[in-house]
Amino acid sequence: MLVFIIRRLMQAVVVMVVMSALVFGGIYLVGNPVTMLISDQASEAERLAVIRDLGLDQPVWQQYLTFVGKAVVGEFGKSFRAGEPAMQLIFQHMPATIELALVAMLLAVLVGVPLGMYAGLRPDSLRARGIMTVSILGFSLPTFWVGLMLIMLFAVALPEWIPGWPRLPSSGRGPTVDILGLKLSIFTAQGWLHLLLPAATLALAKGALIIRLTRAATREVLPMDYVKFARAKGLSERRIVGVHVLKNIAIPIATVTGLELGQVIAFAVVTETIFSWPGMGKLLIDSILLLDRPVVVAYLVVIVFFLVMLNLVVDILYSVLDPRVRLEAQGR
Amino acid sequence: MTDAAADNMPPGAGRAAPAVETPWRRFMADFCANRLALFGLVLVIVVAAAALLAPWLAPQNPYDIAKLDIFDSKMPPGSASSDGTLTYWLGTDGQARDMLSAMMYGMRVSLLVGAVSVVVALAIGTVVGLTAAFFGGRVDAFLMRCVDIQLSFPAILVALILLAVLGQGVDKVLYALIAVQWAYFARAARAAALVEREKEYVEAARCLALPRRRILWRHLLPNCLPPLIVIATVEVAHAIALEATLSFLGLGVPVTEPSLGKLIANGFEFLMAGKYWIALFPGLALAMALIGINLVGDHLRDILNPRNAR
Repeated sequence: MLVFIIRRLMQAVVVMVVMSALVFGGIYLVGNPVTMLISDQASEAERLAVIRDLGLDQPVWQQYLTFVGKAVVGEFGKSFRAGEPAMQLIFQHMPATIELALVAMLLAVLVGVPLGMYAGLRPDSLRARGIMTVSILGFSLPTFWVGLMLIMLFAVALPEWIPGWPRLPSSGRGPTVDILGLKLSIFTAQGWLHLLLPAATLALAKGALIIRLTRAATREVLPMDYVKFARAKGLSERRIVGVHVLKNIAIPIATVTGLELGQVIAFAVVTETIFSWPGMGKLLIDSILLLDRPVVVAYLVVIVFFLVMLNLVVDILYSVLDPRVRLEAQGR
Repeated sequence: MTDAAADNMPPGAGRAAPAVETPWRRFMADFCANRLALFGLVLVIVVAAAALLAPWLAPQNPYDIAKLDIFDSKMPPGSASSDGTLTYWLGTDGQARDMLSAMMYGMRVSLLVGAVSVVVALAIGTVVGLTAAFFGGRVDAFLMRCVDIQLSFPAILVALILLAVLGQGVDKVLYALIAVQWAYFARAARAAALVEREKEYVEAARCLALPRRRILWRHLLPNCLPPLIVIATVEVAHAIALEATLSFLGLGVPVTEPSLGKLIANGFEFLMAGKYWIALFPGLALAMALIGINLVGDHLRDILNPRNAR
C-alpha cells in the first residue's frame, strides 16, 4: 500500500511539472498581456515600469525558473488583473465551486441510483425504457445547452406565463454564511434557490451516467448466487434489493462517483460561466480571455493536483470498500 | 433498452447466412428493428441535408454582410423583412441575420468540425493503438502511459487550455478537438488489436512470412475497424458538443463564421430581454443533431457488440 501511494505521488509530481512547463511555454507564446492591461494613453515610461513590475522583461527560461521556484512554495505571482496573489484568488473562489460540485453530485446520486436500480430490476417495463431514453438525452446534450434551457424555462418563460410562479435566480450565488472562514450558500434559503439551477444543470449529465451504471450493475448482480440464496432463504424483496444488491452495486457506483467529481469540477467551468457563479471555473475563463497568465497557471496546477489526488483517494477507497481488491498486486 | 430488441431475434439470426442474407442486409434488418434508432437516423439525415444544401436552400447568405439590413435585427419569428422580400420564419439575430439561414450555415461549421476532427483523431489513434498492441513491450507501455495520463484530464480542460494557447479560429478548434480525442481511439484500437493479434489469420500470415508492415495494415487493421467506427459515430456527437461549448465560452470559432454554439452564445445576451428565439432555435438544432447521432450510435453499439446475440 505504501509503495503504491509513493509511486502514484511521484507520478503526480512528474505530471505536474510537465503540465506547468507546457502551459507556461504555451501561454508565453500567446499575446502580450501588457497590451491588455495598459491603456493606449499610457506613456512609454509607465509601460516599461509595468513590464518590469510583472517581470516580463526577462527571458522566457528565467521567467519559468522564477515561476517554478515560487510555485514550489505555493506562490504563483500576482494576478495581472486583480493585483492579488493568484493562489489566494483561486482559494477565494474554490469554496463556491466545490459547493456547487458536491451538491450536483449528491443530486445525481440521489436521483440516479434509485432510477437506475428500478431500470435494472424491471428492464423490460415501459417506465424503465422511458428512464433509459431520458438518460440518453442526459448525456448527449451539452452542459451549457441544458443550463440555457433551464434559465429559459425557470427564470424567463414560466414566471411570465403563469402568474405567481417563482422566478428562480439565474445568476450569482445569493447571500453566503461564513463557516470556518469559508463562504457557503447552503445555509440560507436564498442560497439554495441560487444553487438550484446550476446544480441541476451539472447533475443531469452525471445523473444519466449513474442511471446507466446502476442499471448495468444491478443486472449483473441479480443472477448471482448470493441473490438466489437470499431468495431461497425467503428474505423479503425489500431486504434483497436494499441490502444484498445495493451493497454490491455500491462499489462501482462509489468509484465512478469519485472519479466523476473531477469531471464535475472541470465542467463547472461552463456552468459557472452561464450562471455567473463566482467559482474558480468562471475565474479561469475570465483569466484566459484576459491573458491573466499567473491565474491560469495557478488554476491548472491546483486542478491537476486535485485530479491526481482524487484518483489516488478513489483507488485507496476502492480497496477499502472491496476487500477482494489488493493494491499491492497492482502496484508493480 | 435496446438489447431487448437483440434478445427477441430468432436464434441463429446472427449466424453467417444462406446466400440471400448478406452481412449488410442482416445489419440493416438489425438496425431497422429499433424504431428509436430509425428516428435518430432520420434526424441525422434531416440535419445533414439542411447543412450540406445550405447554400441552395437557405433564404439568405448570412456571411454576405451587404445583404443584411441592420434595421431588421432582433425581429421576432414570422416577421417580414423591411424590404418585404423575405419572411424571417425563425426571427433574426442581433446582426440582422435570418436565424434559419444562420443556423443552416452554422450547422455546416459544426458538422464539418465534428466530422473532420473525428476522422483525423481516428486515424492517429488507430495508428498509435495498433503500433502499441503489435509491438508490445516498452513501446506499448510508453504509448499507453501517455494515453492514460491524457485521459485522466477532463476533455473540456485540455481543449480550453489548448485554445487559450493557440488562439481562435476553426483550424485551432480542430487541433484542440483532435488532441482531446485521439487517446480514446488509441485505447480502443489497442484493445481490439490485442484480441485480433492472437487469431489464426494473423498466425497464418506470420507463417507465410509476410512482412510485419503488411500484417499490421492489411490484416490487423481491417479487422479492428468495426468497433472503432462505432466509437467514431458517438465521438462525432462529442466533438460537436465540445466545439459548441468552446464557442459558447468565447474560445472557439470566430464571430464571422458562427457555428451553432457561437449562435447560441450570441443569443444568450438577449435571453433575459425576452428575445428567446436567438438562442432557442440554434439550441434546438444542436440538440436534434446530437440526439440523432447518439441514438444511432447507441444502437450501432448494441448491434455490433459481439456479446449481444452474436
